[in-house]
Amino acid sequence: MRVDWTIYLTFLGAGLILLLPRDSKNLIRWVALLTGVAALLVGLKNYFDYNAWVNAELAAHNGMLTDGFKQIVNVTWIPALNVNYHLAVDGINFPLIILNGFVCVTGILFSWNIENRVKEFFAFFLTLIAGVYGVFMSMDLFLLFVFYELAIIPKYFVIAIWGSTRKEYGAMKLVLYSFVGSAAVFIGILAVYFSAGGQTFDILELAKHPLAPEVQIWVFPLIFVGFAVLAGMWPFHTWAPTGHVAAPTAASMLLAGVVMKLGSYGCFRAAMLLFPQGLEHWKWWIAVLAVIGIVYGAGVALVQKDFKFIIGYSSVSHMGFVLLGLATLNVMGMSGAILQMFSHGIVASLLFAVVGRMVYDRTHTRQLDELGGLAKVIPFACVTFVIGGVASMGMPGFSGFVAEYQILAGAFQMHPLLALVAGLSIPITVAYILNANNKVFMERDEPAGGHGHGHSDESSSHPPLPPITLPERVAAIILMALLVIVGLYPSIMLNMIKANVELFLRGGR
Amino acid sequence: MIPNSSLPILSLITFAPLVGAVLVLVLPKDSKSAIKLVSLVASLVSLILTHYVWHHFDPNAGLMFEERSAWIPAMNVDYHLAVDGLSMTMVLLTAIIMPLALLASWKQEGNVKLFFLLFLLLETGMLGVFTALNFFHWFIFWELGLIPMFFLIRIWGAEDRTYASFKFFLYTLAGSVGMLLAFAFIYLATNSLDFIDLRQKAASGELAIALGKFVESINTHIGMHIDPTRFASLLFWGTFLGFAIKVPIWPFHTWLPDAHTQAPTGGSMVLAAILLKMGVYGFLRIVLPIFPYQVQAHINVLLFLALASIVFGAYAALAQTDFKRLVAYSSVNHMGYAMLGIFVTVATAANVADLANEKAAALNGAILQMFNHGISSAALFFLVGVIYERTHTRKLEEYGGLRKIMPIYAGVLGISMFSSLGLPGLNGFVGEFLVFKGAFPIVPLVSSLATIGLVITGVFLLGMMQKVCFGPLNEKWKGLTDMNTREICIIAALMFFMFWIGLYPGPLLDASNKAAVQLVDLFQNLGH
Amino acid sequence: MTPISYLEVFKALNSEVMLAVTALAALTLDLASLRRAEPLLRRRTIGTVAIIGLLAAVIPLWQQLGHPRTVLLGGTLAVDDLILVFKVVIVVLTLLTVLISMDYDVGRHVGEYFAVMLFGAIGMMLLISAEELLTIFVALELTSISLYILTAFHKSELRSQEAALKYFMFGAISSAFLLFGLSYVYGVTGATSLEGIREVVKSSGVGMSPLLATGMLFVIVGFGFKVAVVPFHLWAPDAYEGAPTPVTAFIATGSKVASFFVLLKVLFIGFAGLEGSAFWGHFSSGWTMLLAITGALSMVLGNCAAIVQRNVKRLLAYSSIAHAGYIFIGLVAASRMGATSVLFYIIVYSLTNLGAFGVVAALSSRTGGDELQDFDGMAKRAPFLSSLMLIFVLSLAGIPPLGGFFGKFYLFASAIQRDSQNFGLLWLVVLGILMSAVSLYYYLVLLKHIYVVDSKNESRIITPTYLNVTLGLVALAVVLLGVYPRPILELLNSLVAAL
Repeated sequence: MRVDWTIYLTFLGAGLILLLPRDSKNLIRWVALLTGVAALLVGLKNYFDYNAWVNAELAAHNGMLTDGFKQIVNVTWIPALNVNYHLAVDGINFPLIILNGFVCVTGILFSWNIENRVKEFFAFFLTLIAGVYGVFMSMDLFLLFVFYELAIIPKYFVIAIWGSTRKEYGAMKLVLYSFVGSAAVFIGILAVYFSAGGQTFDILELAKHPLAPEVQIWVFPLIFVGFAVLAGMWPFHTWAPTGHVAAPTAASMLLAGVVMKLGSYGCFRAAMLLFPQGLEHWKWWIAVLAVIGIVYGAGVALVQKDFKFIIGYSSVSHMGFVLLGLATLNVMGMSGAILQMFSHGIVASLLFAVVGRMVYDRTHTRQLDELGGLAKVIPFACVTFVIGGVASMGMPGFSGFVAEYQILAGAFQMHPLLALVAGLSIPITVAYILNANNKVFMERDEPAGGHGHGHSDESSSHPPLPPITLPERVAAIILMALLVIVGLYPSIMLNMIKANVELFLRGGR
Repeated sequence: MIPNSSLPILSLITFAPLVGAVLVLVLPKDSKSAIKLVSLVASLVSLILTHYVWHHFDPNAGLMFEERSAWIPAMNVDYHLAVDGLSMTMVLLTAIIMPLALLASWKQEGNVKLFFLLFLLLETGMLGVFTALNFFHWFIFWELGLIPMFFLIRIWGAEDRTYASFKFFLYTLAGSVGMLLAFAFIYLATNSLDFIDLRQKAASGELAIALGKFVESINTHIGMHIDPTRFASLLFWGTFLGFAIKVPIWPFHTWLPDAHTQAPTGGSMVLAAILLKMGVYGFLRIVLPIFPYQVQAHINVLLFLALASIVFGAYAALAQTDFKRLVAYSSVNHMGYAMLGIFVTVATAANVADLANEKAAALNGAILQMFNHGISSAALFFLVGVIYERTHTRKLEEYGGLRKIMPIYAGVLGISMFSSLGLPGLNGFVGEFLVFKGAFPIVPLVSSLATIGLVITGVFLLGMMQKVCFGPLNEKWKGLTDMNTREICIIAALMFFMFWIGLYPGPLLDASNKAAVQLVDLFQNLGH
Repeated sequence: MTPISYLEVFKALNSEVMLAVTALAALTLDLASLRRAEPLLRRRTIGTVAIIGLLAAVIPLWQQLGHPRTVLLGGTLAVDDLILVFKVVIVVLTLLTVLISMDYDVGRHVGEYFAVMLFGAIGMMLLISAEELLTIFVALELTSISLYILTAFHKSELRSQEAALKYFMFGAISSAFLLFGLSYVYGVTGATSLEGIREVVKSSGVGMSPLLATGMLFVIVGFGFKVAVVPFHLWAPDAYEGAPTPVTAFIATGSKVASFFVLLKVLFIGFAGLEGSAFWGHFSSGWTMLLAITGALSMVLGNCAAIVQRNVKRLLAYSSIAHAGYIFIGLVAASRMGATSVLFYIIVYSLTNLGAFGVVAALSSRTGGDELQDFDGMAKRAPFLSSLMLIFVLSLAGIPPLGGFFGKFYLFASAIQRDSQNFGLLWLVVLGILMSAVSLYYYLVLLKHIYVVDSKNESRIITPTYLNVTLGLVALAVVLLGVYPRPILELLNSLVAAL
């Protein structure tokens, strides 16, 4: 099956779920899971085919790609506006496609325990996933925008219905922010379309004939910032922490794992590809804002009292790396940025799963001061958090290291100060992850009794909690395995990314 | 006999504990004996394979058992493992100490599964550090040595475990960041992360040129005025920081007494015996070969730091009332000798060429001292653990007269103490003797001052012995039992090495000699 | 002047005649045999009659399609494909309104209700055909008067009476404005037919004389009342809220389609050459400038006022004011693409709004209220209708892939295209898009009550199958117009070319 079947399969799954009776909850869950897995497998199969193809191309052409795209489908959709239904994949969006697949499957697994309105939940969830698949593959601005908006609305319902703390506020804020962002994109798209003569919305066609520099200079920031809102770019990030906190686990996973990537992907595909001169003009602004976001996000995470807010702000910080990497405009930084999108997608999903599903659903609190000693009660959660946490710190051996290392290296080439200031966030990240880990999972130190060994004071430990269930374990292990696989063998992803980034920087497509 | 090169034996050594860790992971939590057994077997597999490597090791052959394959072509990273004279003894030491540390933790309470899992991860990390020759995975292993230790201290530590574990973590991490940044720049300048490659580039001057170009490109790009020499020095200090904290060299040592004191026995053993060596090894493998000019330029500062470690470490140990803290400070002091031996290699005297032999001797001494300290500090920490398990106190003044009720204990403590002190006939003597023999002609002043350290070492170790084993018996401890068979087996194994090296250091010295001479040659041939 | 052939007129207006006959039949049937029957039975029976009549009326319209344009009665009425298409739209909208009404308590005068509704429909169809000022006025009055009556049909309810009175008063004033304006236009140009006015304006080269400008201003004010744009919108919220919900639907859809259609003709044909300019920084007097200002005000005020509404019908009323503002953007573009986009948008908009009011009618007649909190937890009580409401509301909000999104996209695109060199109309588009973002807020609030808020009452609401099917088909149409707008768009585009 071609990779666009990921979209159709997921939509079909959502439709099928709508037809099922609302009381057969298990059936609904299984249908959702099978849909997710089927789409993931389709994605993976094509991913490896593409990877092999890229490697063969690289071998055949002295390590250079001539055209990174694999066209999937390109048919006329709305001739009145010259809109085409054009899907294609390259080394930039393929990692994100399979990221989406993995987050979908694990998100479903982490939502296995949802009992309230199961049918609607999975229908919304799969619609969102399908929209995201669509955005990643769209090569037509109009189509991309359609899928992009399609992914916004289900988020509102998923958060507002199944969320927690201030869910309606968080959901509304998130949707309005993204909508305002997309409004800017909308204007930008219209401007591009007509400036280019009103002949096509096709990204690849438009990229061939860049617009006049004076147009690029004002349209580029519209589209870039419009998408960057969703990527959590400082100072437009404020939806992110509240939205993440309000969202139910699967939705936080999706939000941080995939939806924020929609933003950064849009920045790359729609803004950077089409406006080389606009990019050149604005890149310092982007880089500086990104660096502020990196340090600010980390700093704010450090002082949070709510477990989920910590992860929420850490997402802002890590997405800053993506934007910084994109702004560097060198192979290192941009490859790192693309890889960081994947890596942070997995890390954030994992951490939100720990916070939301493993801890909050069991303890019904996320206040650091009220938690403690969970390592004894749910050790699996602790291990998961530690692995996610160290990956988030950029510990070598995990995917985050390869990504952030390259971004910092790239940023250094752009300007050493950028890298140095951004690098400051790493110790801060270490501090807040350790702090959270310590407060949530480690038992409180009793005022020193002469008795030395910590394991023996059972008095402070938590009352028994429901054990970590099988779906949670499976999902967490999948995500952790990905972190390690990509961390130890980044070539599986980096080759195609790098080849395509080089192509982009050479002015190819 | 050339060993079968198709067998990736170093990978097997490195990853055998990891396989063990995976097995432990799937074992049920309650089958504690199975978990312990699997862990022990895994570490023994490493030991046996290491013995095979040691057996076939040819000191003159340069890199042996080399494994190299492309790993991340996009970043020009190879998977590159090998042993040479610098790393062979360290691999050996790790493989020997780990099973013993596991045995020492046999009675560990709490979540046994997690404990042994972390231990095995730690072992993989440490073995990896000593075998890896590419910064990329070397650094992964380096950090892998950090995290399990953090948890070992944090979860199974003593009363101040939170403070100690965080201090340990943050100090070492700060060091790692410095190093990571330095290598990020080196990589940007040279597009290489391979230690051997970088060593050659450094020796041929290519590295300096590449760094110069890199700095120049930055300067032209952004209108800053960075001096290439100063930049290289910055990289050197970044890397230095990473290793200096790990060794630890005064004044970066303050995490060590806390971490050691709070760690569980097995953890302290590994920490002192192996983790500290990772820092020293870093100087041998990375700092000296890759930053020869910078080391040379700052040699006086470095010598002073080594001297300060020796003297202040000893003085601090003298002031301790806590048994374990005392041993911990003695580690600072002993690592100071190793550092002295290493820095002497770089120091220049009036008649350069004539002193090559002395330098080689000092360097050999330093390498041997690393091994020796591994053995003796493991023994001392183990013995502290033995007594702590029985008395639940570490206060020296609460002990006393244990000789009467625990004669075996007193005996082995005495031997270990003398080994650490450097009594001829025991291992400690050979290493320290060679260091001083090499150092005196080259840096007489520093060496003379360092002997103060030697004297104080004697004073505090003997004082410790006196307080623990002699004098009147504290009435509280009447019912204490002497060491049991398991404990005796562990200490016996360590004793064996103390005597063996003390009496017949030849094989170990041979193993490192060639590599040491090469390193000395590097500096002898360096332009000034 | 050629002699009038009444047969031809009859043939051309066949469907209007059929509707009139149906209306009379409905009245008679109700009066004759159903006086004492159950209201539900009466509604269904007479409704069925009306439906048969409406379906029958489509047939002649269908048959006339594809014929060349004919002009009747000395240019007062015209029939061409575009007009026929919009007559079909009116018939369909009326049909849907009838279907919704069959399920809604409209009081005792069932026959009159349906009959007046059909008369209103006739008025709208004539309005669409009209190409001469007086005919336009007459048709507009026929439509309006029918709607005044319908608005007051909740005889026992004070707010229905109030709404009707208010609607009537404002309607009367607006008619006065319109008539006043028309008379000025006639006075200056000496012509009443749109073509004639255009010829005079073109040939005399008078351009924007003060008198003509006054006339145009008043005409636009008059239409402004009819389509409810700021500042002539004050009647709309009350009328929408007070009228029986199916009537609200009819006001919000059928009458708007007809009014916009004829406004488009008046502006594009009659006032061609008097556009002026609404380009940013290059304003000059003319109807585009007027429309740009009122449109901008409508978008801002309509959307902002909708935020604070607690009543669903009022909320939809303000939203429809805002939508009139969006449509004005397409008119301001004053281009072929602008005309196509306006026509496409009013089709989408009317279907969507009709569906939304249909759902509101079906649900509120069963829960007894149309305040926001009456819709709490509706997703559990009436999952199917709620999901339809989701589609309608999101389409109004302009979320892809629904019709509302594409319609809006096309409107805005036409405005940009108008001056794609300097983006002179970008300011309107930016405003429109920003206001869409604002509108999302209150649409989501409405959906929040349906989907998110839990209600104490969890009893299921059962609605008749025909209603579900009807509304389901409307929703399907809304989705299809977004996903596959190609056929309708190409049709409109080709027809507009002839305009």
